[in-house]
Amino acid sequence: MREKLESLKREAEEKIRAASDPEGLKELRVKYLGKKGEITSVLRGMKDLSPEERPVVGALANEVRNRLEEWIRAKESELEEARLQARLKRETVDVTLPGQPRPLGGVHPLNAVIEQIEDIFVGMGFEVAEGPEVETDYYNFEALNLPKDHPARDMQDSFYITPELLLRTQTSPVQVRSMQSKEGKVPVKIICPGKVYRRDDDDATHSHQFTQVEGLVVDRGIAMSELHGTLLAFAEQMFGEKLESRLRPSYFPFTEPSVEMDISCVQCGGSGCRMCKYSGWIEILGAGMVHPRVLERGGYDSERYTGFAFGMGPERIALLKYGIDDIRQFYTNDLRFLRQFQSV
Amino acid sequence: MLVSYQWLNQYVDLNGVTPEKLAEELTRGGIEVDVIHPLDQGVENVVTGVVKKVEPHPGADRLRVCTVDAGKEEPLNIVCGAPNVAEGQTVAVALPGARLPGGVKIKKTKLRGVPSEGMICSAQELGMPEKLLPKEQQEGILVLPAETGVGEDAKAVLGLEDVVLELDLTPNRSDCLSMWGVAYEVAALLDREVHLPVTEERMPVGKTKPVDVVLDAEEDCPFYATQVVEGIRLGESPRWMQNRLLAAGIRPINNVVDITNYVMLEYGQPLHAFDYDQVEDGEIVVRRGGTGETVTTLDGVTRACDDRTLLITDGTKPIGIAGVMGGENSEVKEGTTTVLIESAYFAPESIRRTARRLGLRSEASTRFEKGVDPERVIPALTRAVELMVQLAGGKVASPVTAERMGEIEDVIVELRHNRLTGVLGVQVEEKAVLDVFRRLRFPTEVNDGVYRVQVPSRRPDISIEVDLIEEVARLYGYDRIPTTLPWGQQSPGALTPEQRLRRVIRHSLRDAGFHEVINYSLTSPDRLRELEPVLYKEARPIRISMPMSDERKVLRTSLVPQLLETAEYNVHRREEGVSVFELARVFVTEEKKLTRQPEERWALAGLVTGATSPHWQKRNGAPDFFTVKGMLEWLFERLGVNGISFEAAQPEGYHPGRTARIKQDGRVIGVLGQVHPKTASAHDLDDTYVFELDLEPVTEAALNRVIRYETLPKHPDTTRDLALVVDEGIPVGELEKTIHSAGGELLQSVSLFDVFTGEQIGEGKKSVAFSLRYQAGDRTLTDEEVAEVHQNVIQRLEEKHGAVLRK
Repeated sequence: MREKLESLKREAEEKIRAASDPEGLKELRVKYLGKKGEITSVLRGMKDLSPEERPVVGALANEVRNRLEEWIRAKESELEEARLQARLKRETVDVTLPGQPRPLGGVHPLNAVIEQIEDIFVGMGFEVAEGPEVETDYYNFEALNLPKDHPARDMQDSFYITPELLLRTQTSPVQVRSMQSKEGKVPVKIICPGKVYRRDDDDATHSHQFTQVEGLVVDRGIAMSELHGTLLAFAEQMFGEKLESRLRPSYFPFTEPSVEMDISCVQCGGSGCRMCKYSGWIEILGAGMVHPRVLERGGYDSERYTGFAFGMGPERIALLKYGIDDIRQFYTNDLRFLRQFQSV
Repeated sequence: MLVSYQWLNQYVDLNGVTPEKLAEELTRGGIEVDVIHPLDQGVENVVTGVVKKVEPHPGADRLRVCTVDAGKEEPLNIVCGAPNVAEGQTVAVALPGARLPGGVKIKKTKLRGVPSEGMICSAQELGMPEKLLPKEQQEGILVLPAETGVGEDAKAVLGLEDVVLELDLTPNRSDCLSMWGVAYEVAALLDREVHLPVTEERMPVGKTKPVDVVLDAEEDCPFYATQVVEGIRLGESPRWMQNRLLAAGIRPINNVVDITNYVMLEYGQPLHAFDYDQVEDGEIVVRRGGTGETVTTLDGVTRACDDRTLLITDGTKPIGIAGVMGGENSEVKEGTTTVLIESAYFAPESIRRTARRLGLRSEASTRFEKGVDPERVIPALTRAVELMVQLAGGKVASPVTAERMGEIEDVIVELRHNRLTGVLGVQVEEKAVLDVFRRLRFPTEVNDGVYRVQVPSRRPDISIEVDLIEEVARLYGYDRIPTTLPWGQQSPGALTPEQRLRRVIRHSLRDAGFHEVINYSLTSPDRLRELEPVLYKEARPIRISMPMSDERKVLRTSLVPQLLETAEYNVHRREEGVSVFELARVFVTEEKKLTRQPEERWALAGLVTGATSPHWQKRNGAPDFFTVKGMLEWLFERLGVNGISFEAAQPEGYHPGRTARIKQDGRVIGVLGQVHPKTASAHDLDDTYVFELDLEPVTEAALNRVIRYETLPKHPDTTRDLALVVDEGIPVGELEKTIHSAGGELLQSVSLFDVFTGEQIGEGKKSVAFSLRYQAGDRTLTDEEVAEVHQNVIQRLEEKHGAVLRK
């Protein structure tokens, strides 16, 4: 009986080792360890053994059973592992093949720039105002200190619809509109982005339609130093670096003193390059202290309140930021152009 | 304004101030210098010479061999091709080794076998402005005045050693439209003296010619002065004067005209010279024109007047349009010996109006329009008379005759010191302020913190306190103004909910693969008519009164038509698929003639055409109606807009079977459809889908949405499928409505999972299959409960739509 168990063990060991798939292994388990399996049938013959031998053979039989059990389990996991390895091998892909594209569109670069401008000023406590694009002569000119015969009207030939209505030539009419809607309350702190229109032939630097962002602050004791500080803070956030800035006197009928602001060239940092025409400076906006007559038209006593206003061109900022050389690109809507700003 | 550095140097000592430094100072002072033009464009070794002999060239008909005395030991032998070369002329000679503009180098050479030791130059070859030169100088060599010496540096003779600064003047600084004005400005900026020559009035010698001035339109012309000079010998003006005119961009004509222009450049006061013999009885009457009256101006054009055109007449006939252009009938030309010189103050509005109406802009009208200095009317006149005497052989034939209405009053403006520091945000000392006014030459007294400033008439831009604040800031230095941030009351900054929503829409569409575009607000009426409007059917596109082109004539009432152009443009550039959108205002009015501002409504439009991004695994198919509809539904879901339905529509320009009106709670808010194949192919487009939404109802619905937490269901749901056969024409949307109303509150959702037609279904029929999900919030539904509701649904579908249940 012992011999029988030993030979069973040897035979089983060989077969288990040779098994090549889980099915075959399962059969071996039934064959040896099942209820009608060979070990069981050996054990069944135990009753014929002497009482001395019984425990010895019983122990041996158990040991053989445990060994077989162990071998089968080990073989099982070995086979499983092999199968998994085979599957993984089968599933291997060329990771350098292109991924399934998700269509990505883009926000227009001008609007992207306007959003950045809005975010910067909102962060400084400004509200975003809006005004009509078809504007009255009064708000577009008269209220801004530009009466009908004013020579400064030459600076901006306009698209008139009727003698009293025109496409706004600037976002500045929103200044007076905003002051009026605030009804004398302070502070007034607004910016107004929007489209404006002028009778210019479209070329690389002119467009009959373009965008502006107007800004206005009115409060007690607003000084030109604050205009300078606000605009410098804006420029540094917009162009993302420490900048030098300078104010130059200029002229706008609705501000006085009027300024133009230059920043150190964003390309060369001020050492001089083609972009800044070797001056080291780049003009980015016009501004000034709100003219007393404009404050009065907005319903604010110019003795009690002062303010500053500014106007900038998102096109110009985009040109500077991204090195675009032709303003018409913004309105041609060429996808090859637009795609370059998908990640803005 | 073009400013000659050398000329300016006569009035203000520019020692130590290079043109570049001067430009920088001016720009920082608010007078922007656009360009610095050195007139010498590299000319070297060009001298004056006299042509001694001109002989034919033995080998070429067009060439001549000249012997030129250029002050060298030996005369030079120079071959010249200019037709106007002649013996005795004084010319500019480029010697061997000379350099000309553009890096041209002159060498000894042989021309058709004849040696040539240099070149006789034309004005253009020396870099002089061709278009300002008289015709004969444009075509041949430059002939210099006979009195010019020999062997002199031509650059000096022609004024080419000068540098010209081009000023970009703002409209308020018309005082700098004169050399005197610029001199005052520069003197103030540099804190230097200004030296301006003063001319005394010259009294007539011999018999006086009669002159009489009558002002019949004193509002338009309050001040008119004139003086007569006789014995004029008309001819070229001296070289130095021509050089200065050229430097200022003015074409030299003859000595009389050149003198009037020269004095205008000096004083900023435009002058006009009439041929005195054409002025009847020497009488000048300044009056407004009559309707129907015409004047033939110097350029030979007959111009109609209106009742606001200011005319210079001799009492019987007009002899000029005041401040704009002289009349042909009184032109100074060959044969003129006596001239009447006009120096006047014309009202800016009047000149501006007439110049605009006639489309005539001149150096004179530009200055009058901005207001000349009345204090310079007489000095400019006497200066011109002096030059006529000195340079044109004239003799004074009348005293100054002037008519003036009213007096020129001193302008006194007060400035409070604390206001100044308050506005600038910098503590300026009183001493510094007084110093600014001293440099400006504004007489000033200060008392108790208030400056009383006397503003000279040459600075009409200064009339109120803040004008003085600007002057102080400018000269004190803008760079001395510190940077601070507003400290007053804080205000919360924010976008409005509408603005935020527009951003969400634009960003969502970007994420859905759409590119945002910006088209022009102005378009053509034809373009707008390509697609029948679904929104704003009654809107009339607003016309611009003077459009620049047919393509930009009206304000758009819809964004879609231009998207077709955008798609066409890109498809022509080999883009396979185009997905674009625009969010912008459209302009809506029903008025035929606009009497008030139109409604500006935000609209959102999109277009999809062509395949989207092909991939190596599979080529994505072209989009269809449901691609775009699905995108819109996705967007509405993102915005939280409910109650949207689609309803078949057949607007013109669209595919009649693939177009829908979009409704929100029964109101039309937009359109979605395939562009009619005919319309699409007119733009070289294949199947193209577009949509447009009125953003206001969408915004309103989105902003009014209420987000409230509901407890999660505790009881399981039950799903039942439902397959029906119905007539093909019944919209699935109608079936869904019926299901919803019959299913009541236990019905949580209905989803369509199959639609098909085919033989087994029968002609004119379709099979539709839905999955219905039932659930109650407070209990687990029993099979019986579900069966009852579901049966009700089936029954209603049978009754209402003749639906047959498929087993």
